[in-house]
Amino acid sequence: MQAVSKKVLDRARELMRDGTVSRVAGWKAGEFFYDCEPALFETEESLKDLVYNRFCAANLSKFLITNDIASVADRGRTLVLLKPCDTYSFNQLLTEHRLSRDNVYILGVGCEGMCDVDRIRALGIKGITGVDESEDGKKLTVRTLYGDGEIDVDGVLVNKCETCKGKAHKIFDELISDNEEEGPRGDRFECVRELESMAPAERFAFWQKELSKCIRCNACRNACPACSCRKCVFDNNASGIASKANTDSFEEKLFHIIRAFHVAGRCTDCGECSRVCPQGIPLHLFNRKYIKDINEFYGEFAAGEEAGQRGPLISFEAGDREPNSVSDKGGD
Amino acid sequence: MPVNENVNADNGSAAEAQATETKQWKPRIVAFCCNWCSYAGADLAGSSRLSYPAEIKIIRVPCSCRVNPTFILKAFERGADGVIICGCHPGDCHYSTGNYYARRRMALLFSMLDYIGVERGRTRVEWVSAAEGARFSQVMNDFAKKISELGENVKVGDLRCRQ
Amino acid sequence: MAVNGSVKKIRMSDLDRFFSALSLTQKVYLPVEKAGQYDYAPWEPGVSYDPEELHTVKSAKGLFFPQSEDLIKYRREGLSLAIGPVAPEDEEFVVFGVRACDVKGFEVLDRVFLTDPVDTYYKARRDHGTVISVMCPKPEETCFCGTFGIEAEAPGGDVQCFITGEDMLMEALTEKGEALLESVSGVGNTNGDGALLPAADETDLKAAEEVKEAHREIMKKLPLAGLTTEGFGKDADLLTLFDRPEWKELSATCLGCGTCTFVCPTCQCYDIREYDTGRDIRRFRVWDSCMYSDFTMMAHGSPRPEQFQRFRQRFMHKLKYYPDNYEGAFSCVGCGRCLKKCPSSLNIAKVMKKLGGADND
Repeated sequence: MQAVSKKVLDRARELMRDGTVSRVAGWKAGEFFYDCEPALFETEESLKDLVYNRFCAANLSKFLITNDIASVADRGRTLVLLKPCDTYSFNQLLTEHRLSRDNVYILGVGCEGMCDVDRIRALGIKGITGVDESEDGKKLTVRTLYGDGEIDVDGVLVNKCETCKGKAHKIFDELISDNEEEGPRGDRFECVRELESMAPAERFAFWQKELSKCIRCNACRNACPACSCRKCVFDNNASGIASKANTDSFEEKLFHIIRAFHVAGRCTDCGECSRVCPQGIPLHLFNRKYIKDINEFYGEFAAGEEAGQRGPLISFEAGDREPNSVSDKGGD
Repeated sequence: MPVNENVNADNGSAAEAQATETKQWKPRIVAFCCNWCSYAGADLAGSSRLSYPAEIKIIRVPCSCRVNPTFILKAFERGADGVIICGCHPGDCHYSTGNYYARRRMALLFSMLDYIGVERGRTRVEWVSAAEGARFSQVMNDFAKKISELGENVKVGDLRCRQ
Repeated sequence: MAVNGSVKKIRMSDLDRFFSALSLTQKVYLPVEKAGQYDYAPWEPGVSYDPEELHTVKSAKGLFFPQSEDLIKYRREGLSLAIGPVAPEDEEFVVFGVRACDVKGFEVLDRVFLTDPVDTYYKARRDHGTVISVMCPKPEETCFCGTFGIEAEAPGGDVQCFITGEDMLMEALTEKGEALLESVSGVGNTNGDGALLPAADETDLKAAEEVKEAHREIMKKLPLAGLTTEGFGKDADLLTLFDRPEWKELSATCLGCGTCTFVCPTCQCYDIREYDTGRDIRRFRVWDSCMYSDFTMMAHGSPRPEQFQRFRQRFMHKLKYYPDNYEGAFSCVGCGRCLKKCPSSLNIAKVMKKLGGADND
C-alpha cells in the first residue's frame, strides 16, 4: 500500500501545480493514526497533510455534494481520490444529477482493503497509539500504551472490505493502482442468506437486539452518499415520523426499514452506514437484503455500475411478481 | 390540542378503549384502496349489500402507488393487525402505470417485513376493479380471516399505542 | 486514602454476589455487553462484569437524564380534557462502574438541572440513584480528563472503587454510599469464610496506593496528556473566539449527525415533542443535538442556518458559554467518546489544538 500511497500524493501535487485542478478532495491525518478525515486542500502547500493509507475508509463522494464542491463551475475543477467502491457512489450521484462531471477530475486509487480500528479494539487491544504494516501488507504491528502486538490485516478489515465488490474503478480520469485484476471477494449476500434461513422468531430477536442499541444519531443517514435529499422526511416535523429519539417502540425499526427503502435501487453497498454507526449495528444487512431481492425479482442490478442507469424501482415489467407471493414464500 | 395525522382510522375515545379491553379481541385492519377501482369496488359491495368485516377501515388514496411504505409501517405502529393495499388490475391503472410501481415497492417491503421476523401474511396486495363488488367483499373476508388466525400483532407496534 | 473504617474490600470473584445482594432492593446498572457494544443495563443473573470495559458507548448520563422521557399525558374524556403529569422516578437504583470523567459529567448536568428552576425529573433520579465509580484500569489513547483537572485516581461519586489484582477496594464518600455498603454488611462471601465486604487493612490500602501510582504514570503517557484549556474559559474573549476564521475549516467535513452529542456525558439539550397514541397524547422530551438543522428552530427559521455555525455552537458552549455561566467550569470532561465515534473524525481535541494556546501544538 505504501508504494501506491506515495504515487498518489505525488500525482495530486503535480496536478495541483500544473493547474489541472484547483483543489484536492482527499484525506487528512487526524488526531490519531487511524482517524483520517475527509478534507479539502485548497493550496499546494496544504497538500503536505494529504494522506492515503489503510485507514482512509471514508467515501469522498458524499463529501463532494455536502460541500457543493462539484456543482459550482466557477470554482474550477476538483481532484477527488476515489477507491474502487467509491466510484459506484460517484456514478450514482452523476445519474441523479447531483454533481457535474466536468467539475471533477477523478484520480482512481488502488485499494487493498481498509482497516477498522473498532475491530482492532474488539480484539481486546486498548490504548492504541500506532501501527506498522508489514512489507507484504498482511500483518499489522500494533503499538499500544500497554505493549505491542501483531495481528492479521484480514481480521480487522472494514466490514465492506471483507466482501469487496472488486478492485475495478467504474469511472476515472486517471488511475494509480497496483491491484492486479481482482474480482469480488467472498459472497456479500451470505450474511443475508444466513438471516433468511433462521426461524422468524430468531430473526425477530436478532433485529430486536441490534436495533435496540440505536441512538438515532442519524450518522447512517448523513454519511450515506445515496441519502442526498436536501431535507429528510425524518427531519420534517409534519411527517409524523420525526420523533428524533429512539423510544421503547417500533420507531427504530420504522426508521431503519424506511431509511434503507429510500435508497433501495440506488444503494451501491458502499458500507458507509455500518462503518459510521457508533453502536456497531450491521445496517448494511438491510441494504443488502433489498439489493438481493431486487437481483432475484427483477434481474441483476448494480447501482453505480455506470452513470445514467434506470433504477429498478423507477421501472417495471408487466409480468413482475406479485407482492403476496414474496411474503408467502416458504409457506406459513 | 395538536393531534398528529393518523393513518389508523380508529382514534377511539377513552370509553371505547375501555370497551375493547373487556370485549374479545378483534383484528384491526387498514385497507388502502385506490380511488378509481378498489374504492369504487367497495362502494359496489355496499350498494349490492354484500358484507365485509366492520374492523376493516378503508383509507382512500388516489392510486395504489400513493401508498408510501411508511404508511404501512405507521399503521402497524399505531396498532393495526393487518394492512391490505388494493388497486386497479395491472394494466388498468387510471394513471396507466401507477400500480406497476406499487407492485415493485410492496414486493420489496413485504419481503423486508418477513426478513425482520414479522409473521407472513399480515400484509397483502389485491387488485380489485370497480365492477368487482363481490370480489371486494370476498377479499376482505379472506384477509380478515387470515389476520384472525395470525392473532394480535405484537411485533411491530409502538408500545405506547398498546395498553 | 485515610483509614477511617469506611474502606471495604471485596474479592473480584464475589462481585456477582454483591450485585445480587443489592438487586434484592433496587436495580443495579453496570456496563453490559449487547451485540458487541457496552452500555449501561440492569444487572441480572448471568450478566458478568468486565472491569476492562468501562468505556461504554453512551455515558451513564441516560440513567439520570433518559434519552426520551414522558412529561405529561392528556386524554379526551367526553367533552373535557384530562391532563395528568407523569410522576418523577421514585425507585432507588445504583450505577456501578462509572469512570471518573462520567462522574464529573454528572456535576456538569447538576449545575444546569439542579439550579433554579430545578428540573424535578432529573432531581428525582439524582436523589434516588447511588453512584459507584471505578478507577479506569486501562485508560485509552482517546482519554484526556486530566485536561479539565479531573483526577482519574480519585473518581468520586458516592462510593469509589480501586481494583488491586484479586480484590476491589470500596471507599464510601457520602452518607448515601456509606448506607449502601452498610446494607450488604450482613452478607457472607461465596466461600462462606467471612463477610462479603470486610474492612480493608493496611496492606490493601498500600496496594491501592501502588495501583494509583501506576495509573498516574500511564496518564502521563497518554497522547493527549499535554492538551490544555488555555485560550478558552471565562477569561477568553468571547467575540474573538466566536469570529475565528478557523471554524469553517474545522467543520468542513461535519456531517451534521448527532453522534457526538448523544454519546457525550455532558450535552444536556432536549426537545419537547408530542405523540398521539390513539388513546392519549404523550408530551415527552428527547435529547436534541445542536448539530441538527432543526435545532432551536423558530418561526423565522433556524438561528444557525449553516453547519459551521452549529458546529461552533457545540464547542463554544462547552468551552466558553458554559464556563461563563458556571464560574469557569468547563462542560467537557475529556471522556474521549466523540474522538472515538465521530464518523468524520472531528472532535473537541482538534478544536482545542487549533484555537487554543500555543502549548497545544
